[in-house]
Amino acid sequence: MRNRRKADLPAPPVPEGRNQNSEDRRDFMRKAGLAAMTMALGTKIVYGDNLPEDVVPVALQQGMSDPAMKGKHPDLVVLNNRPWNVETPAHLLDDEVTPAEKMYVRNNGNFPEKIEVSTWTLTIDGEAMPKPVTITLNDLKTKFERHSYRLTLECGGNGRAEFNPPAKGNQWTFGAVSCAEWTGVRLRDVLEFAGVTKSKAVYVGYYGADVHLSGNPDKVVISRGVPFAKAMEDETLLAFQMNGQDIPVQHGHPLRMVVGGWPASVSGKWLTRLAVRDKVHDGPKMEAPAYRLPKYPVAPGTDVKDEDMVIMEAMPVKSVITYPKSGATLGLGKTLNLRGHAWAGDRFVREMHVSIDFGATWQASELKPAANKNAWQRFTASVKFPEPGYYEVWAKATDSNGIAQPMVVPGWNPKGYGNNATHRIAVMVTK
Amino acid sequence: MSNEQLTPEQKEILDKLVKRMNLLVYTAGFIVVFVLFNIMAPDTAGRLFGDASAEAATEEIAEAAPAIDDELVVDGIHMATGLIVDDGFIQVKASCTSCHSANLITQNRADRKGWEKMIRWMQETQNLWDLGPNEPIILDYLAKNYAPVDKGRRANLSNIEWYALED
Repeated sequence: MRNRRKADLPAPPVPEGRNQNSEDRRDFMRKAGLAAMTMALGTKIVYGDNLPEDVVPVALQQGMSDPAMKGKHPDLVVLNNRPWNVETPAHLLDDEVTPAEKMYVRNNGNFPEKIEVSTWTLTIDGEAMPKPVTITLNDLKTKFERHSYRLTLECGGNGRAEFNPPAKGNQWTFGAVSCAEWTGVRLRDVLEFAGVTKSKAVYVGYYGADVHLSGNPDKVVISRGVPFAKAMEDETLLAFQMNGQDIPVQHGHPLRMVVGGWPASVSGKWLTRLAVRDKVHDGPKMEAPAYRLPKYPVAPGTDVKDEDMVIMEAMPVKSVITYPKSGATLGLGKTLNLRGHAWAGDRFVREMHVSIDFGATWQASELKPAANKNAWQRFTASVKFPEPGYYEVWAKATDSNGIAQPMVVPGWNPKGYGNNATHRIAVMVTK
Repeated sequence: MSNEQLTPEQKEILDKLVKRMNLLVYTAGFIVVFVLFNIMAPDTAGRLFGDASAEAATEEIAEAAPAIDDELVVDGIHMATGLIVDDGFIQVKASCTSCHSANLITQNRADRKGWEKMIRWMQETQNLWDLGPNEPIILDYLAKNYAPVDKGRRANLSNIEWYALED
């Protein structure tokens, strides 16, 4: 019998003595599940036979009418449905520009209860503002120069599932990354228009209209941000469009920050307020240990003091093989044409290599330039296999500073951020 | 199932056969369930499979989204939440799933100390209440049923779904 667990990940741990039960349960879920699912959906589940175990199709999750799932590809994997956190399998990230249906969803709270586009405003205040300024969304759309960039947004915890000992949080594998085309106005233009005192500005923090899980309207869900210098870069946007259309609700409609290359939690959604601070912003999830790394390498499992944790800034160099899907079987003599994307935080990817011998030898890949800073780069490679057997194709990117992806899981950290170990796919070559 | 002895051709035939059988089983299963469903809940069935187009039906059901029966336990798993049914399950369900879904428990692994840290963090920052006498019960449950296992520095790729790459 074929196994149905997620193909490109180690099996999730099963508590001692429960293996048999779990197997039975999965079997039950698949057999009973498919018929019931088919019935509930009123339509056939096309690839029902290939459903990974323990994975309930997006459309069948409780609260399936939730806007989080609107327009999403049915093969996305729900990690959590309150709050909604949903990841994209690696092979569905093949598009040059990530379409909305294949963009992962990451939330700390619940969606705003009401979104009124016509009356939406953005208030800019904080110590580095002589006085608070409020701008309507309509003015943002009409009175500032528009810019479009392809920007890589990756969850700081993408890859968390591989850390050992495990780190708490959503157990992302490879799919908490995207590169869509975002359109909006430069944060810099808006801050300058609003009269920011540059000599005082240290950090720009955001506030959004999302709702705290506890339901308490006075609690801020998440309020992070970026150093002033990053906020002033060309590619840092206040965006109102994604891929030429209104931003989908789950991705921050009608207005959000988009800061490519940094942990996506700095790109505040449902944006209502910006605080230009004269110190490092101190909103919820800025404080340690959230989105922070130990300031020195630590042994796995170390208890790191809060004061020894530093804010995670640009994401590390990384790549993902988007074609073929892991598990490809092909005949000896056939050429395998691979492709994928590579990105490197605030840097560019300089070189891309693939290996079919577990990293013993590496072959250079074709690598396209980025559409703009903070956009991912397409790589392609053709590989041939010397004899029949089991292979893994590994992909390794090297950034413009000469830093490459590690082949094992990088430095352990308490919250499981920044796992940029090489992506691997399995290939079987037959006679 | 051991098919190491088979030639690739035989394997392919076997594979195809298995797939056919699966399809047959699923189709048969579906028909049985469909008939039963019609008998037991003719109204719903009519709505689902009646005049409405498949798309309209999907829409309608999407709105209704029937919750899984809260009483349903299969092989020790509470189906509505996915939690393992064991001592402390009631307390965990009551305390933990009012703010977040049980996915946040079932996808995580930690020892007793690790789970306690998560509870403290939720109490400090997320409005979680004092769990009182339930706390040790909850911690015992979590530490026993959702304990970490050593994954090493990098695990083998596992549970690979093999398919023929047509190119």
